Amino acid sequence: MRFQLIGVNHKTAPVEVRERLAIPESRLPEACKRLSEHPAVAEGMIVSTCNRVEFIANMKNGTGDLREFLREYFATDLTPFESHLYEFKEDEAIRHIFRVASSLDSMVVGEPQILGQVKEAYATARAVGAVRAQLDQLLTRAFAVAKRVRTETAVGSSSVSIASVAVELAEKIFGSLHGKNVYLVGAGKMSELAARHLLAHGAASLFVANRTYDRAIGLAHKFNGQAIEFSRLYETCDRADIVITGTGSPNFIFRPEHGEKLMALRKNKPMFFIDIAVPRDVDPKMNDIDGIFVYDIDDLQQAVSSHVSDRKKEAEKAEAIINGEVDKFHARLQTLDVVPTIVSLQDHLETIRQAEIDRVRGRLGSMTTDQEMAVEALTRGIVNKIMHTPISTLKTAARDPESTTVIELVRRLFNLHTEEEREVAAAKSGPTQSSGKDAGKGARN
Amino acid sequence: MTLIWLRVALVFYAAGLLYALVALTRTTEILGKIALHASYLGMVFHFVSLTEAVVQTGQFAAASAHNSESLLAFLIMVVFMIAYIVYKTTTPGIVIFPLVFLLTFVAATGQQPLVFASVAVKHGWLAVHILMIFTGYAALFLSFGASILYLMQERALKSKRAGGMFSRLPALQVIDDIGYRSLMLGFPFMTLGLIAGIVVAESTYGRLDFFDPKILLSVLMWAVYLLMVFMRLNAGWRGRRAALLASVAFVAAIVAWISNYFSGMHRFIAS
Repeated sequence: MRFQLIGVNHKTAPVEVRERLAIPESRLPEACKRLSEHPAVAEGMIVSTCNRVEFIANMKNGTGDLREFLREYFATDLTPFESHLYEFKEDEAIRHIFRVASSLDSMVVGEPQILGQVKEAYATARAVGAVRAQLDQLLTRAFAVAKRVRTETAVGSSSVSIASVAVELAEKIFGSLHGKNVYLVGAGKMSELAARHLLAHGAASLFVANRTYDRAIGLAHKFNGQAIEFSRLYETCDRADIVITGTGSPNFIFRPEHGEKLMALRKNKPMFFIDIAVPRDVDPKMNDIDGIFVYDIDDLQQAVSSHVSDRKKEAEKAEAIINGEVDKFHARLQTLDVVPTIVSLQDHLETIRQAEIDRVRGRLGSMTTDQEMAVEALTRGIVNKIMHTPISTLKTAARDPESTTVIELVRRLFNLHTEEEREVAAAKSGPTQSSGKDAGKGARN
Repeated sequence: MTLIWLRVALVFYAAGLLYALVALTRTTEILGKIALHASYLGMVFHFVSLTEAVVQTGQFAAASAHNSESLLAFLIMVVFMIAYIVYKTTTPGIVIFPLVFLLTFVAATGQQPLVFASVAVKHGWLAVHILMIFTGYAALFLSFGASILYLMQERALKSKRAGGMFSRLPALQVIDDIGYRSLMLGFPFMTLGLIAGIVVAESTYGRLDFFDPKILLSVLMWAVYLLMVFMRLNAGWRGRRAALLASVAFVAAIVAWISNYFSGMHRFIAS
């Protein structure tokens, strides 16, 4: 197990830095592939959302450094980013991934979108074969942990998502949202969610402009709105009271000169720009224009920070769950290592052999040393012959990315446990059952 | 007695003033409630005081002229209460309460500068003139107050501080509505009031002295008012620019008010 994770998030890096490291959805598969093909990396995946960019890898050995990959991929010197980057290894990396998936590391703790985003990143990496074995196990487990956190704590309840904060702000500007028009620029998931919230709070109509016109039509249809060709964006968007931008554009779509024009057209009626794109779509200078309010993703975070404290207690509970899960996963990974498996397989069979000899010794009567040695040799021979194929299969499997499945199968077939599992099983069986070995046997089934 | 009732009213308005001062630093709902109830009581006593003045002199016009500051303060409170009933917000009080307190204070303590000896006071048009102009003033003051609040809320929203976001100031558009409606409501009153004033002057003196400082300033104020309405309707001016115009009108109104002390026509002693 040599997990490594390196990245930036909304806490360590401002949006200006995140947007430089962000990898657009279209380039993500190729980036994952390149990461997994990096000489030091066995498996890898990339989570790139508006709040974080993280590179997760299962390294081939302990010496590799993910920074090398970053340097190559972005073809840049990392020094300016160094203060924003965080790095986790082994258990800490596991913990971080669990926390991210459980939305404990989110801007708005408990918001549900992040899990979907991690799942998507995982699916993307898997599709190109960048995630195969242990990373697969890790992510699968992370999703289960996220589910546990969601059901066992109140972290996710009364979630103040970006979308609901956007609604709150819009109401601070417009009073009631009734009769207000919402304009989506870019038909992404987050914008869709924000639009859904605004419409649920009374916003009158929806316009959707997207570079891919078909997607605009699809989304507009969903909300009974109107699709608009991207080329007509500037001539139509004065109708909008609330503009939600979430395109992948590398440049600003709305600049101050657009803002001035819009205000003239709208007779200075206020406009609210919600910019959830990274890199940003709306020039922050627009906020200086009378009547225009621009909130980017970081501003929204500030707006929700006061809500976060309410859920601190629940978050602590969630952290405890995650700590337990990290330990469990750590133990599980150990069991999935080949060498300990072979050792415990040998131990297991040796125990059986000894027990069987002891059982029949009485019936054999007194034996000469030769006879005893013959019995020993006989039983040992049988055991070794039986063990030969499984062990060589295990050894081959170790070199195969699918190894975990084989190792797990062997462990199940022979009912093998690690130390920790045996302890847990013993604790579960209670004080009445004195024999630890029996209890251990029962627990797995 | 008139003065005593007015002074009682003043005490209650003081609660409103206190609210206004505290509200600048932080907003507390309880204080807003207390201020509101105190203002109710203040208005009751205020109304009693005004009614008594009318009963004593037997003339509405004379009474209102004698207690002009008091009447204006009362009308401002009425407009404020209407805004409260419609929009359920006491926040314009931050601007309104100090003004009302000041006007009532002047009325309750100061010597009245106006001494009516002329027949003009018996003229029905004069009552119309005073009532209309004062309602116009009250609406203008509320509009001015709203534009100040608009600026405060706009700044809070632009600065993106969480405190501003969740402050108890009403939504920007609600403040804008209050300002806009009181502006639009006040304008016809102001216009009719000025027309009534011209009628009064014409019939009393047979001429209109346009260079009387009071009249000059009143016309200037009306012109600014007209400009505000025009810019609002045509260019949708609000926020900073609207507040600027409103302050010009406000200053003109104050100066026009002070000019009572210098205006020959409004002293009504001369002829």
